[in-house]
Amino acid sequence: MTQTLIPTQSSGAMGAEPQKTLWWEFFTFSVDHKIIGIQYLVTSFVFYLVGGLLASIVRAELATPDSDLVDPAFYNSLFTMHGTVMIFLWIVPAVTGGFGNYLIPLMIGARDMAFPRLNAIAFWLTIPAGMLLMSSFFFGPASTGWTAYPPLSILTNEHVGQVIWIGSILLVGTSSILAAVNFIVTIWSMRMPGMDLFSMPLFCWAMMATSVLALLATPVLAGAMVLLGFDLLIGTNFFNPTGGGDPVVYQHLFWFYSHPAVYVMVLPVFGIISEVLPPHSRKPIFGYKAIAYSSMMICFLGLFVWAHHMFTSGTPDWLRVFFMVVTLLVSVPTGIKVFSWVATLWGGKLRLESPLLFAMGFISTFLIGGLSGVMLGSTPIDIHVHDTYFVVAHFHYVLFGGSVFGIYAGLYHWFPKMTGRMLNEFWGKVHFVLTFIGMHLTFGPMHILGLQGMPRRVAQYDPQFAPINVICTIGAFVLAISTVPFVINAVYSWFKGEQAPDNPWNALTMEWTTSSPPIPHNWVGEPVLLTGPYDYGEEYKEARKEAAIAASQALT
Amino acid sequence: MRKNNLVSVIVIIGLIFAASIWYGRNNGLLPVAAGDEAVLYDGLFNTILGIAFGFFLVVEGVLIYSIIKFRRRKGDDTDGPAIHENLSIEIVWTAIPTVIVMWVAIYSFDVYTAMQGTQDLGGMAHGGMHQTVAKSETMPMSKATIASSNSDGVLMAGTLPAGSNDVLAINVSAMQFAWIFNYTDEIATAELHVPVGKKVRLNMNAVDVLHAFWVPQLRIKQDVIPGRETYLEFTPRVVGEYPVVCAELCGSYHGGMRTTMVIDTPEDYATWLKEQQEIASNDPDAIVASRPASVTKMSEQEYLAGKVAQAGGDMHMMHMSH
Ligand code: HEM
Ligand SMILES: [Cu+2]
Ligand SMILES: [Cu+2]
Repeated sequence: MTQTLIPTQSSGAMGAEPQKTLWWEFFTFSVDHKIIGIQYLVTSFVFYLVGGLLASIVRAELATPDSDLVDPAFYNSLFTMHGTVMIFLWIVPAVTGGFGNYLIPLMIGARDMAFPRLNAIAFWLTIPAGMLLMSSFFFGPASTGWTAYPPLSILTNEHVGQVIWIGSILLVGTSSILAAVNFIVTIWSMRMPGMDLFSMPLFCWAMMATSVLALLATPVLAGAMVLLGFDLLIGTNFFNPTGGGDPVVYQHLFWFYSHPAVYVMVLPVFGIISEVLPPHSRKPIFGYKAIAYSSMMICFLGLFVWAHHMFTSGTPDWLRVFFMVVTLLVSVPTGIKVFSWVATLWGGKLRLESPLLFAMGFISTFLIGGLSGVMLGSTPIDIHVHDTYFVVAHFHYVLFGGSVFGIYAGLYHWFPKMTGRMLNEFWGKVHFVLTFIGMHLTFGPMHILGLQGMPRRVAQYDPQFAPINVICTIGAFVLAISTVPFVINAVYSWFKGEQAPDNPWNALTMEWTTSSPPIPHNWVGEPVLLTGPYDYGEEYKEARKEAAIAASQALT
Repeated sequence: MRKNNLVSVIVIIGLIFAASIWYGRNNGLLPVAAGDEAVLYDGLFNTILGIAFGFFLVVEGVLIYSIIKFRRRKGDDTDGPAIHENLSIEIVWTAIPTVIVMWVAIYSFDVYTAMQGTQDLGGMAHGGMHQTVAKSETMPMSKATIASSNSDGVLMAGTLPAGSNDVLAINVSAMQFAWIFNYTDEIATAELHVPVGKKVRLNMNAVDVLHAFWVPQLRIKQDVIPGRETYLEFTPRVVGEYPVVCAELCGSYHGGMRTTMVIDTPEDYATWLKEQQEIASNDPDAIVASRPASVTKMSEQEYLAGKVAQAGGDMHMMHMSH
C-alpha cells in the first residue's frame, strides 16, 4: 500500500546500512537519543493505556446518575489519577521526550543531543515517577483532582496518596526541566553547517518554544508542590486558611505552570502536523515564517493567561479583564497555524493514508477545541461553564483531538524510520475511523451537558442528564476498543512488518536521508543539506534530481 | 469561468453567514434564563457561538472539499504547485480574527460589567494584599474584591452598605456537603428562596474547603472560600425551581452537594418567610443544627443528620457512604 518510490535523495550515498537495535538495549541506560526517544514513546504509551483504563471506569460509573459502581471517594481518585497520568506520564513525555529526542538531532543533522547523559537521566526519572504514582493505589491514591487545590488537598483523607502524588510530580517536573535545557542548547548550537534558524524544520521551532515554556514555568510548579508538601506533612500554613494561609495563591502558582503546560502538550504536536502535511500532500508548508513566529507568539502570550482558570476564584476585576484579553489574543497565532495548514492542503495531491488522515483529523477536532477555547476566554461566558462538562469537552478536544491525534499522525509517519518496518495501512485506517468516531461520541455531547448544568468531577448527577451520559460512555468504550488495532498493528509490524525503505514518503527533512532505522550517530559521513525542508512541488523536482546526482558524484 | 467562480464564492460566504446567524440564535443549548444577568449572558453566548460556528463551517468545509477535490488519483505521482506563501492572504487571515477577537473582548467586558453591576468602591483594599484599586468609574471592581476586603464582618441582612435597601441580602454558608442560607439571625434554611424581580445579594463564606455556588439558570458562579468572603448579585425574573449546584470539587460527596433555589412571587415569598420565622421560634434546635458556627463543632454524622432532617429528605446520598 505504500506509494511507489522515486528516490529523489541519494540516501544510499551516505553509506548507512540499517542497523536494528537489540531488544535489551531499550532496557539500558543508553545515551543514544534515538533509543531514549523510543523508550519515552513506549513507556508513555503504556501509561496512556493505564490512563485510558482509569477513564473507562470513570465513564462506566457515569453511565448511570447514581454513584453505584465505585465508592465515591475512590471515584475522585480515579479521575485524579486519570488526569495526572494522561498529562504527566503520557502527553508531556511522549511529545517532548519521545518525538523531541528522536527527531531533533536527526532533523538538524546532529549526532546526538547536546547532553546525552543528562538526557538519559531525564528519561530514567520518569520511571520511578510513574511507579511511585502507581504505588499510591495501595495506600489510597490522591483524590483532589489533578489540580490538588488546597485546603481540600491538605485536609484530604488520602494523606499518603497526596504526598506520593506530590513526590511524583516533583520527579516528572525535574525530568521536564532537564529535557528543556537539553533541547534549547541542542537546537541553538548543534545545527549542521548551512542550516540557519529559518531553514530548520518547523518541529524544531515548536520544540524551542515548548522548551522555553517548560524551563520558565516548571520551577514555579515545583515551588508550589514543595509548599503544599510542607502544609501537608509538617503543618505549615502557606495555603491553609485556618492558619492564615491563602488557598488562592496556590491557584496562581499552579496555573502559572499548568496553563503553559497545555502549550507544552500541544506545541510539539503543532510541529508534528507541520512535518506530516507537506510530504503527504506534496506541497510546501504554507507560510513557514508565520508558523514559526506564531509558535514564539504562543510561547510568549501563553505565559500571561494563567488566571483565566480562576475567573470564579475571587480574583479582582482588572485581573480578570487583563487575562481575558490576553487569552483571546492567543487565538490569533493559533488561527494563523490552522489557516496555514489548511492552505498547505489546498491544491495538493493528498495521499490519504494514516499519517495524513490523523493529521487532518487533528485539524478538524483541534479546531473545535480552539473555538470553544475562545468562548471560554470570554470572562462572563467562562463564569457559567467553569468547572462543568463544557470544560471537560473543551480540553479533551484540545488534548485528545489535538495532542493524541497528532501523536498518532507522528507515529504513523515516523514508525518506518524508527523501526525499519511499515505499519499495516488497512488497520491504520480502521484505527483512524474508530478513534475519530469514538472521540466525537465521547466528548462532543459533553459540551451540552456542561451548558445545561452538569458540573465536572461528580460521581452522581441529576437524572435529566442520563441519556447524554450514556452516549458519552458508549463513545469511551469505542475509544477503548480503537486502541486494539493500533497496538496489534504496531507490535506485529515492528517484528514482522513489511521492510521500510529509507524514505518511504519521499520526504525532504534530514531524518529521511539516513537509513531506516538510523545507525548510531545517525550518518556515516558528514550529512549534507541538499534542499529546504519543504521544497515540494513540481517546480523543484528537476532541480532536486540534479542536486542529488551532483552530490552523489561528489561523495564517490 | 472566473466570473462564475466569484459568484459561487459570494454565494457560499452568504450561506455561511446566514447559517452562522441562524445557529447562533437557534442553538437551544442553554437552559431557561431565570435572571436578568442570564439574558445578557445568552445574548453574548449566542453571538460568540454564531461567530465560532462560521469559522467552523469555513475550515471544516475546506477540509472536506480538499479530501474530495485534491485527493491523489491513482497513478499520479506528481507534486502539487510549489506555493510557499501569499502575503496578502496571510495578512487578511491575521487581521480578521484579530479584529473579531478584540470586538468580542469589548462586548464581553460590557456584558461582564453589566452582569456584575457597578458600585462605588474607590480606594478599598483587596483582601489582605493591601493594594488600592482603581477609581470606580473607569474600572468597576468585582463583588469578590470588596467582599474579601471586608475580612472581619459577616454582613447580616439589612446591614448592607448605604443605599442598598432594595437589595435582599442573604448570608450563605457552604460546607461539606451542604448549603445553609441565613436570612436573619434566626432564619436559616437549606433551600434558597428569593422573590422575583428583587435584586439579591449572597454574602458567601465556606467553613472547610473550597466550594462554588452555581445556578445554571442564572449563569453565575462564584467560588466560596474559607477565610474570606465572596459574593454574588443577581435579579431573579422567572418564577420556578432551579438547582443550586456546588461546582468546585469539595470531597467525596461533591456530586451530592445540591439544593434548590425557588424563585417565588412576592406573596409566596412573604408567606414562606413567615413560615420559616414560625418554625424557627418553635424549634430553636433546627436552627442551631444548621448554623455554620455550631456545625464546625459537631461531628460529620451529627451535622448531616441535622441537615437532612431540615431539608426534609434527600437522604439518598447520605446513605451512599460506607
Ligand atoms: C482515552 C479516552 C479518554 C476518556 C474516555 C476520558 C474521559 C474523561 C472524563 C469523563 C473526565 C472527567 C472526570 C470528571 O471531571 O469527573 C476526564 C478528565 C480529565 N481528562 Fe480525560 N479522558 C480521556 C483521555 C484523556 C487524555 C488523552 C487526556 C490528555 C491529557 C486527558 C486528560 C484529562 C484531564 C486533565 C482530566 C481532568 C481530571 C481532573 O478533573 O482532575 N484525558 N477524562
Ligand atoms: Cu461543595
Ligand atoms: Cu463540591
